[in-house]
Amino acid sequence: MLSDTNLAAILLTLKLATIVTVLLLLIGTPIAWWLARTRSWWKGPISAVVALPIVLPPSVLGFYLLIAMGPNGPVGQFTQSLGLGTLPFTFPGLVVASVFYSMPFVVQPIQNAFEALGERPLEAAATLRAGPLDRFFTVAVPLAKPGFLTASVLGFAHTVGEFGVVLMIGGNIPGVTRVVSVQIYDHVEALEYAEAHLLAGIMLVFSFLVLLAMYLTNPTRARQ
Amino acid sequence: MSTIKARFALGFTEFSLAVDLELPARGVTALFGHSGSGKTTLLRCIAGLERAPGGYLSVAGEVWQDGDHFLPTHKRPLGYVFQEASLFPHMTVRNNLEYGRKRVAAGDVNKVSLDQAIELLGIGHLLARRPDRLSGGERQRVAIARALALSPKILLMDEPLAALDLARKQEILPYLERLHDELEIPILYVSHSPDEVARLADYIVAMEGGRAVAEGPLAETLARLDLPIRLGEDAGVVIDAAVGERDEAWHLVRADFAGGSVWVRDTGLPAGHAVRVRILARDVSLSLAHQEDTSILNLLQGTVTAMADDVHPALALVRAEVGGTAIVARVTRRSAAALGLAAGQPVWLQIKAVALIG
Repeated sequence: MLSDTNLAAILLTLKLATIVTVLLLLIGTPIAWWLARTRSWWKGPISAVVALPIVLPPSVLGFYLLIAMGPNGPVGQFTQSLGLGTLPFTFPGLVVASVFYSMPFVVQPIQNAFEALGERPLEAAATLRAGPLDRFFTVAVPLAKPGFLTASVLGFAHTVGEFGVVLMIGGNIPGVTRVVSVQIYDHVEALEYAEAHLLAGIMLVFSFLVLLAMYLTNPTRARQ
Repeated sequence: MSTIKARFALGFTEFSLAVDLELPARGVTALFGHSGSGKTTLLRCIAGLERAPGGYLSVAGEVWQDGDHFLPTHKRPLGYVFQEASLFPHMTVRNNLEYGRKRVAAGDVNKVSLDQAIELLGIGHLLARRPDRLSGGERQRVAIARALALSPKILLMDEPLAALDLARKQEILPYLERLHDELEIPILYVSHSPDEVARLADYIVAMEGGRAVAEGPLAETLARLDLPIRLGEDAGVVIDAAVGERDEAWHLVRADFAGGSVWVRDTGLPAGHAVRVRILARDVSLSLAHQEDTSILNLLQGTVTAMADDVHPALALVRAEVGGTAIVARVTRRSAAALGLAAGQPVWLQIKAVALIG
């Protein structure tokens, strides 16, 4: 039923989304924690930067990342000096770009969950002898679990759905950077509507099921 | 040195705290005042939840804050009970109780065992439940047990009953009295309720506008006529007494105190049991002669020692000594003038109501 190229695109997409989601949980959690608790002047500018991908056309984000990671860009020069070559048109390049692109969808739900906690549970933990890291892992993270769940789902789904950034930064290399959304575009360009239908249908059902699972397992959020 | 030395100065835009206190590190010390008087802020400074730069704090000889030295909250050997129970909703009652306890160095938890804390607060049947399956009163009892199970050097309580209705308050007060009676742990108790203070406190710090305006042992301080905090209808004295003779036929017991005794309703306490007797100033009237035909049971002979204005210009507070124990009466100034009341004058105190507390 699925052609090899379609299957390869699906597997590549899942691999990309999984890696990006894990990376974003690791990077996004400290950022979300800082944003939720800081009184620093920097909160505004940093929040705006994190949220940029929501409003920026993906082609713009992709363009700047392409320049930055290209042979003459600062990131490109750095990766070259490490002997890694340049990132555009590679899978790692796609991962880096996707991390930026999906960042707000992971940071914001976690940040909201941390903000909703308030000071009290952490103060209570402090009076019960828990140090800062201890409080974070035993009180803040468990209580923010719904936020983490939402963040994972949105980060994963959003990465699966990206198109413009992939085109700009990854091109269209089978098995390396050709993800499902690009594959669908190719099918349509080639007037292969049956193939396009199949992949598009899979994406639609997948996205619906992911969101359904989120709302079913997260009743408090669904109620709001 | 078994004292708490606390010196803090904090300035916010509409509120400032400036205190320099030396409090006994034993029994229950009440930080008493109206809302906004700074009592909770002071407690938070003592817990290290609020940082007052340049402050000084030592508890029973250990310096917790001095100059640049600031022991963070989680390193202070204290227990803290918030106004709302603040249990961890993702843990069972048992896990809540063990959360702090397992973070205390093994050698430091001997004074109060977990079982003792559970028994003392009567929460043995709740251990497997989650906080959202508890009533407000039960939650607060778990929160107190959780703080107690740390075997803290001092227990800080921030209006632990204020968020509860009257019935729940009555449910918890006996447990608090047991803490007071059975444990050696000093308690700092923030409250705006004269009732709670009268029942629980041994020492009182009256706060107003971020300053400590009066402090001293409870009985002595409440008997002061110049107490800067106006208690209004709650003005009155608390007297330490012991259960004496019992009048089975009329369901009364006699509470004996230094220099006198009063008859109160029999609540079943055994003879010799230490009790507190609270007599509100509004329930005491004065006469120059012994009244024979009166329904009032408690007539005491005393001597006027001081008089002062009360909240309303029609009223005056009169302090009389009954064999060394001070009792305050509220009378109208017209009556005081008619009786010619003055310091040194012998009077009869007619006590309409006596509350047995504790």
